[in-house]
Amino acid sequence: MQKRIAIKNHLQEIRLTTQRSVAMLVIMLILIALLIIRLGYLQFIKNDLYTTLSKKNWLDLIPTEPTRGLIYDRNGVLLAENIPVFSLDIIPEKNKNIPQVLSEISKVIPLNDTELSQFQKELKQHRRFDEIPLKLRLTETEVARFYENQYRFPGALIKARLIRHYPLGPAFSHVLGYVGRINLDELENIDPSNYSATNYIGKIGIEKFYEDELHGTVGYEQAENDASGQPLRILKQIKPIPGKNLYLTLDSRLQLIAEQALSGQNGAVVIIQPATGQILAMVSEPAFDPNLFVTGISSKDFQDLQLAPDKPLYNRTLRGLYPLASTIKPYVALAGLDTGSITPNFTLFDPGWYQLPNKEHIYHDWKTHGHGTVNLNHAIVSSCDTYFFSLGHKMGIRSIDDMLNRFGFGELTGIDIGEEVPGIIASPEWKKRSKGVSWYEGDTLNASIGQGFMQGTPLQFAQGMATIANRGKRMAPHLLFQEQEIGKTAEPETGTELEPVRLNNVNNWKEIITALQDVMISPLGTGYAHYGHDMPYTIAGKTGTAQVFSIKHRDEEGKSEEQDKLPEKLRDHSLFVAFAPVDKPQIAIAVIAEHSKLAPVIARKILDYYFIGTPVVPPQTSATPVSPATSVAPVVPNKEKASHAIR
Amino acid sequence: MQYANTFQRTHNPHQQDARSFWRYIHIDLYLFLSIILLTIAGLIILYSASSQNSNVIEQQILHMSLAFVVMLLFAQIPPIIYQRWAVWLYGIGIFLLIAVLLFGHTGKGAERWLNLGFIRFQPSEIMKLALPLFLASFFHKMHLPLNNQSIFAALFIIFVPALLVSKQPDQSTAAMLMIAGGSVLFLAGLSWRLMSGLAVLAILCAPFCWYLMHDYQRQRVLTFLNPERDPLNKSYHIIQSKIAIGSGGFFGKGWLNGTQSHLHFLPEHSTDFIFAVCGEEFGFLGSVILITIFMIIILRGLYITIHAQDTFSRLLAGSLTLTFFFSFFINMGMVTGILPVMGLPLPLVSYGGSSMITMMAGFGILMSIQTHRKLLTT
Repeated sequence: MQKRIAIKNHLQEIRLTTQRSVAMLVIMLILIALLIIRLGYLQFIKNDLYTTLSKKNWLDLIPTEPTRGLIYDRNGVLLAENIPVFSLDIIPEKNKNIPQVLSEISKVIPLNDTELSQFQKELKQHRRFDEIPLKLRLTETEVARFYENQYRFPGALIKARLIRHYPLGPAFSHVLGYVGRINLDELENIDPSNYSATNYIGKIGIEKFYEDELHGTVGYEQAENDASGQPLRILKQIKPIPGKNLYLTLDSRLQLIAEQALSGQNGAVVIIQPATGQILAMVSEPAFDPNLFVTGISSKDFQDLQLAPDKPLYNRTLRGLYPLASTIKPYVALAGLDTGSITPNFTLFDPGWYQLPNKEHIYHDWKTHGHGTVNLNHAIVSSCDTYFFSLGHKMGIRSIDDMLNRFGFGELTGIDIGEEVPGIIASPEWKKRSKGVSWYEGDTLNASIGQGFMQGTPLQFAQGMATIANRGKRMAPHLLFQEQEIGKTAEPETGTELEPVRLNNVNNWKEIITALQDVMISPLGTGYAHYGHDMPYTIAGKTGTAQVFSIKHRDEEGKSEEQDKLPEKLRDHSLFVAFAPVDKPQIAIAVIAEHSKLAPVIARKILDYYFIGTPVVPPQTSATPVSPATSVAPVVPNKEKASHAIR
Repeated sequence: MQYANTFQRTHNPHQQDARSFWRYIHIDLYLFLSIILLTIAGLIILYSASSQNSNVIEQQILHMSLAFVVMLLFAQIPPIIYQRWAVWLYGIGIFLLIAVLLFGHTGKGAERWLNLGFIRFQPSEIMKLALPLFLASFFHKMHLPLNNQSIFAALFIIFVPALLVSKQPDQSTAAMLMIAGGSVLFLAGLSWRLMSGLAVLAILCAPFCWYLMHDYQRQRVLTFLNPERDPLNKSYHIIQSKIAIGSGGFFGKGWLNGTQSHLHFLPEHSTDFIFAVCGEEFGFLGSVILITIFMIIILRGLYITIHAQDTFSRLLAGSLTLTFFFSFFINMGMVTGILPVMGLPLPLVSYGGSSMITMMAGFGILMSIQTHRKLLTT
């Protein structure tokens, strides 16, 4: 009985467990089907997505920075180069605790506040590139110390990189400009992929204007990475294309001489080759050391430079606005001749003052007792104000403005450096617009002698002289001489001709040029004191004195002795513009000496060097491997065109 | 029909000789060969996953040899012995689990190891076998289908070790214990109504469980629900694993060519996530082949279950089979992102010894059940 029940139960149990086993099998097959569907979903439908993600995981495009193009002067003297330095970089992705690693590093390698604040700034705006430079220009000791303690600085590494260096220092600071770390504004205006490996960008000057040429094209390395981001091997490499080398029209020797001649003097020198418009020298003093900016200038140093009363950051050659003063007189005279208001023989008697008809106000000549009877030549030679008051009044402001406009005043010269300001040609409309006041006849008189509202830049002054030297042919002033790419050198820039100044009677050029030459050689001439003796070359030019204090002040006490008693910043500026030699002009020069009378003297030094090679003391420049007196073998192939008559 | 098949085959004298030889040494040839196939596949995958590290392969082969010896030993023991000793084994297991809680050796932040001086082992591994053994022998004495009393007793038998293991804490092993015990209950005919009732209860308990869970477990659940939540930390494993599998496509990137594992994007690529390596290098095709090998073992396990002659053997064989199924299914589900991340290796493929030996011991028991049958037909 017992046994039967047991057997019955046994069969029932077998049926039950068999049923359950089959149910189990069904459940398992359903689950496996789900798993296989899942695999199919991942491996078929999402295959593209995950293939991309997988490649993104292990393939990394590492951009390679192109080498920035070098900058030479016209004779192949190096003006901007790239020097290798060791820099200490931090990779933020690899270390979350940056303050700690900074403090660790500072125990071994001193870090100053500038470096730290610069680093923090970069950390905030840090873009795709991995490393952020913490300290540039490590010494060998520091490099060694770093490697000894490297395990303490996760995420920090030493990298050899090239940084910009300007061997001739301050003398070229304004022309070349400098490079600096890319900032947020610049980031918006550059092609981010081409700059993905680049930390530096031209901030100002040639470096900025020719940024595209100098920068080159970024290269790439396709690297295989592991999960920690360590590149394992390079799979593919696209080499960066280095930036073009630039040859500037500048002559470094002339530039250094000009800087030396100006030294200690706030002012500007611009020298142009009239036939081509090439700028041979362009100096603004005081200057600054552009190398300071490359590695990141400290905010204090920068503030000092910005707030310095002499404004060393200010490029006077392009942005300095000065009254034309008496250097306007050749243009006014040309206007008079061209409009027929006067002939060269037109004379008047100068009692030392001028008075407008029916007006009480008396306009004094700079010479208290007057120049006596003067014709045009005499008026220019002795810079007779009364003559030009009368001429200006006779032909009116529009004739003067028209002539100045034809010479390019009041507008940008288009020089390939940017930054320049157009200056001002004063007109009734201009005065109404900017001052809200009507034009008075007195304004015309002031304009006739270059005081008052008329303003121009030293570059415009030099360009004006070059145009006169060319007898009306106007060449666009420019700084780029030649571009050099790997394997080929472009043809030298020939210069662009601008709308020339055409006179109704071309003989009038001769009148003016003769008068300007007489300024130098006539004993009555304002340039005679400095150029009247021992001149081995011919020169035509004009002096000028730009009033800094008020014209009223000068009217009452306009004696030059009084000037010396004024505080320096109220003293007049002296101007000197010239070209030489007279019959075959090689250079046109404009010199501004602020608050000093030295402009003609400075110009003489430079001209003497140019034409007779006056031995000069080699100038002291910071870290100069190339002495300006040493002639560097010209790299420029087209030597005839490039070099000019030095010695 | 199955009987008929067996019966027919027994008439082939040659085959019968061969069969009786294997039977004599208590090896089930189908199970044995499919396990050999799986271990070979496992070694091929592991060789790539370990970045061709021959040390790892040597170690694994050593583990496997040991596991095969254990399997053969377990196959020699007749089921009746297991049945008799089950209660003692269970008792020793509980004792050791308590011991491990008291004197446990901490490894990887959890007290799982018991160090007896000459050997270090995890008592929870013993329990993986002891629990189904004891439950099967327990139900063997009962009349099936179950009455309420025995169900409660069974639940108690399951929950005590599961709770002890989860205290270590080792939730994934605890879960495997529940599965092992639960599968015995299921085979013993736990009514569908009761099972659905328990399921509802489990869902109702979920918030309570959430409260009881460790923080890292909550993170895992959250990660499972939304893998993109925290791609660099908590979800990193699963995202990289899906990338590995998904980028494999149909044919895979080829053996030794998986970038996800070789460049270390895929974490734990030799252990818990080794299935992703298979998916990446051998693609859909390779993964399905691997799953098929696993399923062959499962089918053989079910065959043994159905052909076992007493309730103890049937319950035990079924439970071992089901536990093996869930151990690889949960691992694959986790690696493919359909289940939350649990620290479970892929049996016989993942690198590591402890769980492999248990697994192979289980196969030994299956073989014992199959080869100790009294052949009525002959």
